[in-house]
Amino acid sequence: MAAVDVKNISKSYADVLAVDDLSFAVEPGEILGVIGPNGAGKSSAIKIILDFMKPDSGTVKIFNQPMNEAFKDRIGYLPEERGLYKRLTAIDLILYLASLKGMDRKIAEERANVLLERVGMFENRKKKNKEMSKGMGQLIQFVVTVVHDPDLIILDEPFTGLDPIRTASVQAIISDLREQGKSVILSTHQMNKVEELCDKVLMINKGKTVLYGDIPSSRANFRKHSVRIEAEGTWNDIPGIVETKHHNGCIELMLAPEVTSQEILDTLVGQGVIINRFEVTTPSLNEIFLTLAGADYE
Amino acid sequence: MNKIFLLFRHEFIQAIKKPGYIILTLAIPVLALITIGVVDLFSTSFEPDVDEFTLIGFVDQVGIFEEYTDQGTLKLIPYQSKDIAVDALVDGEIDEVIIIPSDFITTASVQRYSLERELETPMGIRYAISSFVVWNLLKDEVPPVIIDTVLTPLEMTVTRLEEDGTVADSQINVGNIIIPGIFAFLLSMALMFGNNSLISGLGEEKESRLIEVLTSSVSVSQMLLGKVLALGAAGLFQVLLWLISAPLILNLASSTFGGSLVNIQIPPNFLFFGVIYFILGYLHFAVLAVMVGGIVSTAADGHNLSMLYIMAGYIPLWTFGAFMSFPDSPIWVALSIFPITGPVQTMLMMGVSDIPIWQICASLGVLVLSITVGQYLSIRIFRTFMLMYGKRPRIKEIFQTLKTS
Repeated sequence: MAAVDVKNISKSYADVLAVDDLSFAVEPGEILGVIGPNGAGKSSAIKIILDFMKPDSGTVKIFNQPMNEAFKDRIGYLPEERGLYKRLTAIDLILYLASLKGMDRKIAEERANVLLERVGMFENRKKKNKEMSKGMGQLIQFVVTVVHDPDLIILDEPFTGLDPIRTASVQAIISDLREQGKSVILSTHQMNKVEELCDKVLMINKGKTVLYGDIPSSRANFRKHSVRIEAEGTWNDIPGIVETKHHNGCIELMLAPEVTSQEILDTLVGQGVIINRFEVTTPSLNEIFLTLAGADYE
Repeated sequence: MNKIFLLFRHEFIQAIKKPGYIILTLAIPVLALITIGVVDLFSTSFEPDVDEFTLIGFVDQVGIFEEYTDQGTLKLIPYQSKDIAVDALVDGEIDEVIIIPSDFITTASVQRYSLERELETPMGIRYAISSFVVWNLLKDEVPPVIIDTVLTPLEMTVTRLEEDGTVADSQINVGNIIIPGIFAFLLSMALMFGNNSLISGLGEEKESRLIEVLTSSVSVSQMLLGKVLALGAAGLFQVLLWLISAPLILNLASSTFGGSLVNIQIPPNFLFFGVIYFILGYLHFAVLAVMVGGIVSTAADGHNLSMLYIMAGYIPLWTFGAFMSFPDSPIWVALSIFPITGPVQTMLMMGVSDIPIWQICASLGVLVLSITVGQYLSIRIFRTFMLMYGKRPRIKEIFQTLKTS
């Protein structure tokens, strides 16, 4: 049973089509990365899933049913732009919002302390939110999002403003959530984070799906007929190499259709070239996105 | 635990911890105590010293003002001419000079000279000179008791009759209007505070997107109901604190104002209706604040927009003078039924006259209806516009939302 099953949703604001026939699903124990540039329709899609607004067409099912109030306790949501009750302490805010999710205060406090410890905020739990930096506030909101042990977690740009250590802590918690069988939707325009964390990717541009599927297959589908090498020594003309590109310390050899990468490797070794690195070129999600969005990318 | 209760408890605690709420709650009794203290201080500081007389030189150009020169703490000293009297004033021998001209009997006009900057002659001096003149004029004409009566200001006791000639149950006097007047003023202040507090809270939650976190946990109607009820409870709690402090303040005030507050009467059923109108007034303004909070994207915009009905809510206080002069005008009946002005206007009217039962029913009925419909519409409006950040919806869009809801 999918935690989220979205089918053909569309949404317009005035004359702008923000979401255009979007479909995707998230299974338990799966992280879906939703990527796309600013204004692509990521946040609108999330707000439709959360029932903040209705789609003009299409359906959304949460835990195999239309969204209802009872499901809210099973969902954790971290909005893109964040704020806190300034006069509350971090722990009071966490416990209050956990109570609204139907959580027992004592259990919530125990879980909050564990999570605060993991993100390095335990010492600051009695600090008022107005005394915290933006990054600290963001970590508190992340704890608020997951403290009630939700089955579906929706994170909109969770890493913005975090230093590398805190980013790693949050990433580790998200990975653990997957291990626990939770479903996670991770919306971001940091495509490298999606590559590191997610099982599936939904790429959106101008409200439309430009790519949807599991990440290894998606990258394999866009694999180019080329190899990247880091090598010592020189080599003579090798038949089957149609173009050579230099990238920041490595060389990309574009191959003719009839030549395989194995043949190129054998030829290089035969010519006495010392190979330090040899790989079939697989594009990053960023490169795939640029390829797909092309001239439409804004 | 019920989510509305959780929201209610959180909002109530946050509301009563706000500096604005604490200041307003304490300010009313503290200001009353300060006023009493200041009046007390002035009355003791400026009590005339029994050993110190004010000396008034007078020039009698009529020739009949010779006796009764001791008027309490004022002593009148005759002078032969204006120049001599003025010289004595300049030399500091006397405090001021009165010239009684030869045509005084027909003009009843005297000339007063003083070294003080004064807009008007102080009441004490005016009374003393009148007394001096009247006693000298009438001493041989009428008995002293008549002169005393002439000099005593007329006191008029008014009794309001019903149309059948019987004495009305409630009588209009200043004492009767004091408590409703103070209550109406406090109610207006509290309504404004409550409105601003709710708009600030909603504005803060919208600006920080906390509203999205809240509505991912509770429904919009649960959230708004919790907020509105909490604000009503905070307002009621405020009134209870004021009511508890009232007996102490009235006791102090009565002793300071020489027992003049003894005549204060609290109109029948006033406390009962006071609490009812306070709660309903609070709820009504809270519902309006939610509508405004739903439409605007910042608290500052919300405060500006809410001034429209806040100002309307103050109409009963602005027109209080006209109301006291013409209490039977139908305008006041209309204001008591109009839901924005109803609570304050009705409270004022209770101090002045009997309010027909139909009028109270109409006032309460319209108020409850307005709250119910307002709450329903405010949820629709809030749900529609809560995600509109940095953009104020057009009037047409708002009406479209109301129509489709």
